[in-house]
Amino acid sequence: MNAFAALLTALERARSTGRKLELLTAYFKTAPAGDAAWALHLLTGRRPQRIASGPELRRWLGEATGLSEAVLEATYAHVGDLAETLALVLPPPPAGTIAPATSLQALLEETLAPLRGASAETRKHALLALWKAYPQGPRLWLNKLITGGLRVGVGEGLTLRALGQAFGLDPAVLQHRWMSPQTPSAEAFVALVDPENATLNWAAPYPFCLAQPLRDGALPPHPSTAVLAEWKWDGVRCQLVRREGKTALWSRGRERLEDRFPELAAAAKGLPEGTVLDGELLAWAGDGPGPFIELSRRLQRKRITAALQRTVPVRFMAYDLLELHGEDLRPQPLAQRRQRLEALLASAPAPALMLSPQLDNRSWESLAALRADARSQAAEGLMLKHEASTYESGRRHQSWWKWKLDPETVDAILLYAQPGHGRRANLYTDFTFAVWDQGALVPLAKAYSGLDEATLERLDHWIRRHTKERFGPVRSVTPALVFELAFDSAHAAPRRKAGMALRFPRIHRWREDLSIEDADELETLKARLLPHG
Amino acid sequence: MTTPLLTLTDRGLHCPDGDFTIDPWRKVDRAIITHGHGDHARNGMGHYWTAAPGVPILRKRLGQYSPVEGIPYGERRSFGAVTVSFHPAGHILGSAQVRVQRGNEVWVVTGDFKREADPTCAPFEPVPCDVLVTEATFAYPIYQWPNPETVMAEIYAWWQRCAAEDRPAVLYTYALGKAQRILAGLHAFTKETVWLHGAIDGLTRIYREAGVTMVPTVPVSEMPRSDRGAGRLILAPPSAAGSKWAKRFRGASTGFASGWMQVRGTRRRKGYDEGFVLSDHADWPGLLRTVEDSGAKRVLATHGHTDALLAHLQGQGIEAQALATPYGETEEG
Repeated sequence: MNAFAALLTALERARSTGRKLELLTAYFKTAPAGDAAWALHLLTGRRPQRIASGPELRRWLGEATGLSEAVLEATYAHVGDLAETLALVLPPPPAGTIAPATSLQALLEETLAPLRGASAETRKHALLALWKAYPQGPRLWLNKLITGGLRVGVGEGLTLRALGQAFGLDPAVLQHRWMSPQTPSAEAFVALVDPENATLNWAAPYPFCLAQPLRDGALPPHPSTAVLAEWKWDGVRCQLVRREGKTALWSRGRERLEDRFPELAAAAKGLPEGTVLDGELLAWAGDGPGPFIELSRRLQRKRITAALQRTVPVRFMAYDLLELHGEDLRPQPLAQRRQRLEALLASAPAPALMLSPQLDNRSWESLAALRADARSQAAEGLMLKHEASTYESGRRHQSWWKWKLDPETVDAILLYAQPGHGRRANLYTDFTFAVWDQGALVPLAKAYSGLDEATLERLDHWIRRHTKERFGPVRSVTPALVFELAFDSAHAAPRRKAGMALRFPRIHRWREDLSIEDADELETLKARLLPHG
Repeated sequence: MTTPLLTLTDRGLHCPDGDFTIDPWRKVDRAIITHGHGDHARNGMGHYWTAAPGVPILRKRLGQYSPVEGIPYGERRSFGAVTVSFHPAGHILGSAQVRVQRGNEVWVVTGDFKREADPTCAPFEPVPCDVLVTEATFAYPIYQWPNPETVMAEIYAWWQRCAAEDRPAVLYTYALGKAQRILAGLHAFTKETVWLHGAIDGLTRIYREAGVTMVPTVPVSEMPRSDRGAGRLILAPPSAAGSKWAKRFRGASTGFASGWMQVRGTRRRKGYDEGFVLSDHADWPGLLRTVEDSGAKRVLATHGHTDALLAHLQGQGIEAQALATPYGETEEG
């Protein structure tokens, strides 16, 4: 645990990507396989299940320190991060105390894992002992494991690059192996990084090929006719794998979804052995895609009833063929893969499997007109792929582009503020914005990102001086500041006060030129954004 | 029914019976000053009284001929019907707690203070009282200061690391008090010269004249033009960070010494390479110990971060309230 804690501390302080890569590589080179397996799991954003709830931890902290709930509440609000509050409030172990040499694997598997689901008393005693044993530095990271809130700002890409460097692996090979998640173990880790290992699980998907965003009116450097165009669907990117008489449906987040979509698993039975399709999972409403919110209803359910399949039907909108009869088609040009995909779906028709249509690409003007009309197809814009493009892993190639619609915007008033987490733990960075509804303000959206550090600091200062009330870490402020929020789409949300919700709201800019009277009206927003009827 | 000994007005903490105001932030005729930081000692008062060792600092801030009178620590002076005396607060050179007595009733205003040892000023002296007006800058239990000697060793080790890499080490620190405390603390490790930003240099001279032992210092203005500060330690106020002045020290590692560096979010956000937890204010145990030592039945807390402290003291049966003052708004710590 000490080496991993030291790595996390060093990563947090590292200012450059190069330095982070160096630290990660050094860690993977020296860590025992069992520790490296868990580190990889945690660094790539998998969270351990939490062992104790926030209120439990605060209660035990109170017992350990003799501090009252009110004092700890105020302290937590000041720090903004429970794991850090715990690490700092508990007295440091006596000088000269050496942190236990327990390995990361042993800590997670032998100490923490058995505590999950244990009685409150057992968990409390175990955690109090751990807190006593570790100095403040590692104690913070230990607490992050306990609360399930460990977040490390390195990302999957960088971690895999470091792993590849540490073991001299071809990044494409590593990414392919990485696509099939495994329970962390020394054996799985050794197999992952073994340069000679060639065995892959039957269900293994391919690393997804990603597109570059087109910005500021730029177009791909090709004639439009050399580019195949499709709608950019607003669903979940997936690969449908059919091998050894079995079916796997993988999301881009490496999650297995086939059990949640039995109708797709059934449809895949008609596909030949050794087939992998790339496409979009969509909720279906009659003759077109339904809103994303419908699909998320299906994703959240683990138990799938016939009624649910009827009320929220789904489709797999296929747009690429990566493997056929066990042959890896990724090195073939897209135009050929597309032909074989069309032929395949024509020979094995199933209503749940659809072909993403090819759009008219005779000129950039015609494509621009289609893009402008994307919302009518419940699409987010267009996908543009060079006809000769091979199927590359990741985004480091220049042959696929996403040409999204410009976002919608709304002018809304800052109403509540809450501190962020991690690096921004005691800075107000999470905001709730409101719009007018018949002279009153109703909360419309929460937004976290979009402001630079200097503006956040200035805003933080303003919030502290214009607080009306405090509810735990949340402050309500005098309605005075107007912000322009950008968002991708809006949908009806009857349970919200505003009756509607925004998808991916983010702060575009602080409209210091506007006063609150200039903010938007709920009614006009609804008329503009929600489908009528 | 008598008037309270001290009341908060729109100008400061006012004593009607003694006709003076402690650390006023707007014009008054008679001001009693706890110490020379800008949020406590302001221009434009008719007359100033402060603890004797703090006079040169006040004169430097307010002007050489400003009406400042020093009173030795412990000496009692009458202001009308009340008696006033200054007692060491351990915050910076010349910092004082102000004891105000009327009959048997005693109030103490701590000003800014700390309980840790500091070679640059007289140590904090507990003063028994009925009502304690305390600062509450770091009034959360997460603030428990590490041993200052350990922190000095960290600063020295960082400087040596920078020297080994042939880089300048630029340490940002408050110009009055913290900078001199570091210069005195480093004396245990080295006799090498440390370079000072102009804003720190003048104040450091005052400390030398007061007999404080520090490492040798030279103002950066006397550094040869060709010198980029490689291997040197340079002290500067936080306002110089990112300025044209700082650009001279290319490739510098930057550090910041402040109690606020205890919290990760602040540390990361301020964007310095290193954060050293070193404060001239009382930490949580220091605040509680001071309340206990005073024996006060009533505590008034200033500086804004008071919620946890008030809740804690109320839980112990002490009458505790917040006083809304503009102290500490510069987040000096």
